[in-house]
Amino acid sequence: MIAAVAQVQPGQPLQLPHVDWVTIGPAGIFFVGGLAMLLAGVFLRRRVPRGLWSGTTVVIAVLALWPAFHLWHQIASGGARTAIADAVVVDGFSIFIDVVIISAVVMAALLTDGYLRRENLEGTEFYVLMLFSASGGMLMASANDLIVVFLGLEILSIALYTLAGFQQRREGSQEAAIKYFVLGAFSSAFFLYGIALVYGSTGSTNLGVIADFLRTNSLTNGLLLGGFALLIVGLGFKVAAVPFHMWTPDVYQGSPTPATAFMAAVAKAAGFAALLRLFVSTFNTYRLDWQPIVWALAVLSLLVGSVLAVVQTDVKRMLAYSSIAHAGYVLVGFQTASNRGVAGALFYLFAYAFMIVGSFAVVTLVSGRGDTDASLDAFRGLSSRRPALAFVFTIFLLAQTGVPLTSGFLAKFYVISAAVEAHSYALAIIAMIAAVIAAFFYLRLIVVMYMAAPAAEGEEAAPTARIPIAVGAGMSLTIAVGFTLVVGFLPASVFDFARHATLLKL
Amino acid sequence: MVHLVWLLPALPLAGFLLLLLSGRRLGDPRAGWLGTTMVAGSFAAAALVTAGLYLRAPEHRVVTQTLFDWIPVGGLHVPLAFRVDQLSMVMALFVTGVSTLIHLYSIGYMHGDDRYPTFFVYLNLFVFSMLMLVLADNFLVTFLGWEGVGACSYFLVSFWFERNTAAVAGKKAFVTNRVGDFGFLLGMFLIFAHFGSLDYGAVLGHAGSISSETATAIGLLLFLGAVGKSAQLPLYIWLPDAMEGPTPVSALIHAATMVTAGVFLMARINPILAHGPAAGTTIAIIGALTAFYAATIACAQDDIKKVLAYSTISQLGYMFLAVGSAAYVAAIFHMVTHAFFKALLFLGAGSVMHGMHDEQDMKRMGALRKWMPITSATFIVAWLAIAGVPPFAGFWSKDEILVNAWDKSKLLWGVGVVTALLTAYYMSRQVFLVFFGRPRWQEAADEKAPAEAEAQPEHEPAATEGATTPTGAHGDFRPHESPWTMALPLVALALLAAFGGLLNLPLNHSTEFLTKWLDPVFGSRLHEVTASTGTKWVLFAITVVLVLVGIAVAYAVYLAHRVREQEVEPAVLRHAWYFNDFVSALVSGPIRLFGAWSAYVFDRRIIDGAVNGVATLVRDTGTSVRRLQTGFVRNYALAVAGGAVLLVAFVVARTA
Amino acid sequence: MLLNQFLFLAAVLFCIGVYGVLARRNAVLVLASIELMLNAVNINLVAFGAYRHNIAGQVFALFVITIAAAEVGVGLAIVVLIFRNRASIALDDADLMKG
Repeated sequence: MIAAVAQVQPGQPLQLPHVDWVTIGPAGIFFVGGLAMLLAGVFLRRRVPRGLWSGTTVVIAVLALWPAFHLWHQIASGGARTAIADAVVVDGFSIFIDVVIISAVVMAALLTDGYLRRENLEGTEFYVLMLFSASGGMLMASANDLIVVFLGLEILSIALYTLAGFQQRREGSQEAAIKYFVLGAFSSAFFLYGIALVYGSTGSTNLGVIADFLRTNSLTNGLLLGGFALLIVGLGFKVAAVPFHMWTPDVYQGSPTPATAFMAAVAKAAGFAALLRLFVSTFNTYRLDWQPIVWALAVLSLLVGSVLAVVQTDVKRMLAYSSIAHAGYVLVGFQTASNRGVAGALFYLFAYAFMIVGSFAVVTLVSGRGDTDASLDAFRGLSSRRPALAFVFTIFLLAQTGVPLTSGFLAKFYVISAAVEAHSYALAIIAMIAAVIAAFFYLRLIVVMYMAAPAAEGEEAAPTARIPIAVGAGMSLTIAVGFTLVVGFLPASVFDFARHATLLKL
Repeated sequence: MVHLVWLLPALPLAGFLLLLLSGRRLGDPRAGWLGTTMVAGSFAAAALVTAGLYLRAPEHRVVTQTLFDWIPVGGLHVPLAFRVDQLSMVMALFVTGVSTLIHLYSIGYMHGDDRYPTFFVYLNLFVFSMLMLVLADNFLVTFLGWEGVGACSYFLVSFWFERNTAAVAGKKAFVTNRVGDFGFLLGMFLIFAHFGSLDYGAVLGHAGSISSETATAIGLLLFLGAVGKSAQLPLYIWLPDAMEGPTPVSALIHAATMVTAGVFLMARINPILAHGPAAGTTIAIIGALTAFYAATIACAQDDIKKVLAYSTISQLGYMFLAVGSAAYVAAIFHMVTHAFFKALLFLGAGSVMHGMHDEQDMKRMGALRKWMPITSATFIVAWLAIAGVPPFAGFWSKDEILVNAWDKSKLLWGVGVVTALLTAYYMSRQVFLVFFGRPRWQEAADEKAPAEAEAQPEHEPAATEGATTPTGAHGDFRPHESPWTMALPLVALALLAAFGGLLNLPLNHSTEFLTKWLDPVFGSRLHEVTASTGTKWVLFAITVVLVLVGIAVAYAVYLAHRVREQEVEPAVLRHAWYFNDFVSALVSGPIRLFGAWSAYVFDRRIIDGAVNGVATLVRDTGTSVRRLQTGFVRNYALAVAGGAVLLVAFVVARTA
Repeated sequence: MLLNQFLFLAAVLFCIGVYGVLARRNAVLVLASIELMLNAVNINLVAFGAYRHNIAGQVFALFVITIAAAEVGVGLAIVVLIFRNRASIALDDADLMKG
């Protein structure tokens, strides 16, 4: 993009760079769809049938699958390539992340419908923000230029800040928004500083050029490596890796629960997409320098996430900490910098998107109007009030524990076996210790749901309020639990998808 | 016929699904009958497949059946496949056989429970998982079954979750087993990293291609899994607590089948163990220590099921001693006979509890043989079998283990033989306390109602030879025999426990059926006993004498006691006193003390303490670390900035 | 050309911005500090671009300025929302959730 700008000399006819729209098709459809919905919402306010906006969002998301599918086949026959003046890249990796994000949007949109009605917040804005945010995430996944990475990151983030504060009147939601915003902008500045240092030491913002430069030049000054460190800070914040995780529990807890579900799945997928693209592909020749950093982040995330989750009594907060631990597992795959590690990380992100959106969907339904109560007590005896809901939640929790026959087991299996193969034995052992610790609190939640012992003295009796399940939420849960189980039973297709979703060799 | 193998797990799975969907409608007892029929069908299928395997030429006795490609790992695909060979069929036969009997027993035992159909749902799921475990053709499918049986075990242990202890016990089982699983998984990753495959055929066939250190590491990691699942030192703590579950569960899962999965796994990977001898020695030592340690604890327990739980741990220790001595056939042999007599003991204990209205304290039983003839007769058979009295099943299998241990190390043999004595002692103690002596349940009732007790002359009904019914403050209380669905499995298991030794009589080579049958699985890796026939006879005699001593000691302590009270024959009494003094000096003294000490100090404080300690550590760390999460944005920003400074400092230090 | 001086200036400004975020309670001042951090990076970008005779750095700086404006817009909106509810813009008051 920048190269194109620089080439135009005075006195020459203007040559516009060729824009191959299909290559940014998924993100483009989301963006245009979001704009159209925003306009439509202005004109059709208050006169729409139930579920129209949610349905439209799902349609837009499914439409976006079409260019993704088309591109996948193009790559299969013609190989990966760059497009739009080398600003974006089209490879299996970006398509895979697109699919993960699309799935998360579909599930979150279905879930949102009933939620907004329950909270009297009907309108298009929530969906539009989701669509914009998702388009930013997709842009990050297919970026081939540091500027595009930054643009994608900001599009993703700014929409997420707004989503976090969507419940304008609730103090929790406001607090989540301001915390997310301040810390997000703060870490963006670090990220940007990192970009500036990498640009300064390599002379380009284009990832292909940078990779070439790094292959042929061996830089020993601290500028480039400092840039790496700061890039990790910015993206580590997005994926909630320790020690950049502290916003996560507060923001996840305070945000409207469907927004939490969305951000947990999409922000993490997009953040990891950028991390993997930048480090495994572009900075691959310097992997001995950045691998120790990722190793440390992985260990910290695994342990801090699991240990702090044990002491939580709020389920939303507990899931937030567990998502930190999940980030640790993806980092384990990332740390190997091998094809198998990347495939494992992608598989993990895929499985994680379904189980985390499903988990938060259950929390949305159980916590009741105004997201008032997501404490452990709210889940007490859920199995007798809503057996089906308790059952699907159990599946999600077992999947997060890593029990066989769920997608979560294979996800952990793949990343840890990649680590063993890369001789990172210590990391593999720590990952498994974290899994043992994590088993504690997932099991505790299952026990609370199924084994509502008669309330001891001083405890409140199990809640008895009826839990309505909206149609959309039901569909969302069905999709999530279906994928969690099907991928657990027959993971071959998804794993092959992840294995072929390789990064473009730069 | 061999290709019917898919039916084995399919039938219990079908039972599980049917019961899940329509269990409530079927109700009590039809749900139980459905579950039992499915498992019985599975047993029939196992018998057919085994027959089919037997009819094949010996070199064609390994058949794999692939259902479908399950999981892609790297470039490979791990299929969901079954391996039909001599070892897996022995396992499948005894698992389905014992399961059928215990299902049948449960029909009567669980009668009247609120969640009767649910119980059979879990039970069928358990049998399915166990069959996946033993029939698997690769480590991953075994692991699937491994986790499955674990999950069923937690569900069933906390089946009566209204009792808080049951829920806690389920949780403890879950956590300690995760530690074991962790070893299993790491071992599996190591196998995959070195062999590039998880198939048993590919891995075990090329066990020689890896270094001896790697083989030792793999063996020890998988053994860690076995230690968790088979309740060995130091991860055994969950098993005694698991007795909170219904008794058929204890019999099926915590005695006969699931806990032996570790032994099976070790036998399965025997080529790897043979290649890494250090692993074998470790296994033998842990096994012997566990056998001895658990036996001493069993001597000091009053709960009828706890004695059996510690006894199970001890017997599993024997099996690992055998595995570690490369006596795989002896291990499998003992596993099978143990399944017979220990299941019988548990079911007998369940029958006693059933008849005694859920009383579990042996000190409040006594003389029950008069009221429960079938239960006591079968229990006595099991007692003789586990104590190792010839010619009952336990004698043959235990003797084989001890002979092999002699070859491995004299010291391990010594530990094993002392354990045999202790085994005979504590089992005799249990039998005497429960079925012989004088009835003491009345005292228990009296203790509960001291006011009413005063009106009752003490011991009056018991003293008269069972002719009168003991009626007391609680006139309706009276031990009774169990219904036929419960009695029939007892009788069947008693026959097996009595004659199970026929499977592998060491008379001459032609009567060693099990050894011949399993020979292709172990081949030259199986330890050939080198001790001379004369030595064998001496070892044999020493064992028998020690077993008899154990029984005699128990007799003197727990029955001679009665002799003294009634003051018949003073001379004998004096002799008994003399003996009793000796015994109380030895047994009630140091040994009993050690038993009590290990039970209450080591067990409760140190090992429980370790598990609770880890839990507390995690919790305390969490509690203190969460204080950093102050809720103030500025502190969070400080963490981000601090992290950034650390990372930059790190990379700058690297370039400098 | 003097590159190091520009880099040094940028680093100092950035650190002042970081200090502002860490030390200030007033949400508006925190936003201003973040702006300072972003602009410090802009100095870097422009300096590098000029040093390498490469226009990308300057273009990037323009992008950053645009995005910073959007970000501040959203940020101020959130601050206003909180002010309406609590009549305070002290960030330390937002500590409902912790632990």
